[in-house]
Amino acid sequence: MADEALFLLLHNEMVAGLYRAAEQGEGENGRCTTKLESMGFRVGQGLIERFTKDTARFKDELDIMKFICKDFWTTVFKKQIDNLRTNHQGIYVLQDNKFRLLTQMSAGKQYLEHAPKYLAFTCGLIRGGLSNLGIKSIVTAEVSSMPACKYFSGYSIISSFDNFSYQLHCALLLKSTDSEPP
Amino acid sequence: MAVCIAVIAKENYPLYIRSVPTENELKFHYTVHTSLDVVDEKISAMGKAMVDQRELYLGLLYPTEDYKVYLCNIAASPCSHTFLHRYGYVTNSKVKFVMVVDSSNTALRDNEIRSMFRKLHNSYTDIMCNPFYNPGDRIHSRAFDNMVNSMMMQVC
Repeated sequence: MADEALFLLLHNEMVAGLYRAAEQGEGENGRCTTKLESMGFRVGQGLIERFTKDTARFKDELDIMKFICKDFWTTVFKKQIDNLRTNHQGIYVLQDNKFRLLTQMSAGKQYLEHAPKYLAFTCGLIRGGLSNLGIKSIVTAEVSSMPACKYFSGYSIISSFDNFSYQLHCALLLKSTDSEPP
Repeated sequence: MAVCIAVIAKENYPLYIRSVPTENELKFHYTVHTSLDVVDEKISAMGKAMVDQRELYLGLLYPTEDYKVYLCNIAASPCSHTFLHRYGYVTNSKVKFVMVVDSSNTALRDNEIRSMFRKLHNSYTDIMCNPFYNPGDRIHSRAFDNMVNSMMMQVC
């Protein structure tokens, strides 16, 4: 599919463009990540609105997370999340063994320090999607070894149908233990 | 058919509301507002019991309600009140669509209402995916206006 390559190229250019602008201007690194994250947030909101148009109503948050792992991930990254774990108290661990946005530069450890830039947008994507479905969350990313990345997120659910709102914390672990070269 | 169409945000404030007899606009605001309670009720009932019944379309919210539209014309036509049905629809993102339908002349089939909501939802999705729209803002869109108009037009 052509749209896949286009998304990768656009995303790469977006990251590169933002950081280039920051280098020339006075903006610092943290701002770029925030900007990418908020871009992802808006995109996630729109996407989830479109993707959930024909689906049945979600039962609970686990149902929502499953949807994110399966349908959402498949549409955006052409593959499902490899592993979803939860402690049933709001902590979710999403593991992607071959994260699409990192595979192009996961041959060695050379670009390890650049990897977080390429996760910010996806953080926002998840956060935006969850927020539109009524789950307020914070998603952060961490990279351990090159193609591997972790997303942690703490969130609180605010149900709009009753005045009962409760706090939950979740950690999203997006880990891709992709081909480390032999 | 539809005499009032409203889009209500997740936090229960109106994103869009439009009614046909403009002189009674406030009345329709009130009508839509009161039907939100029924929407909430239906949703919470749905979460508990009926697992298979997880459709976005909620069906008829209120049974027929007697409601005098043309109060000023009572002298001219004493029986000129219409029967209004309210229908509800809630998206996965908890955005509610409420439609008030004049059913005094024609009995609408459920399927027609369903397809109208479907159209409304499609239109709303397009707006959400518009990068120039800020989620949570009031809807000012010509495409959406036209679509709502076309639903209202079927009245006459």
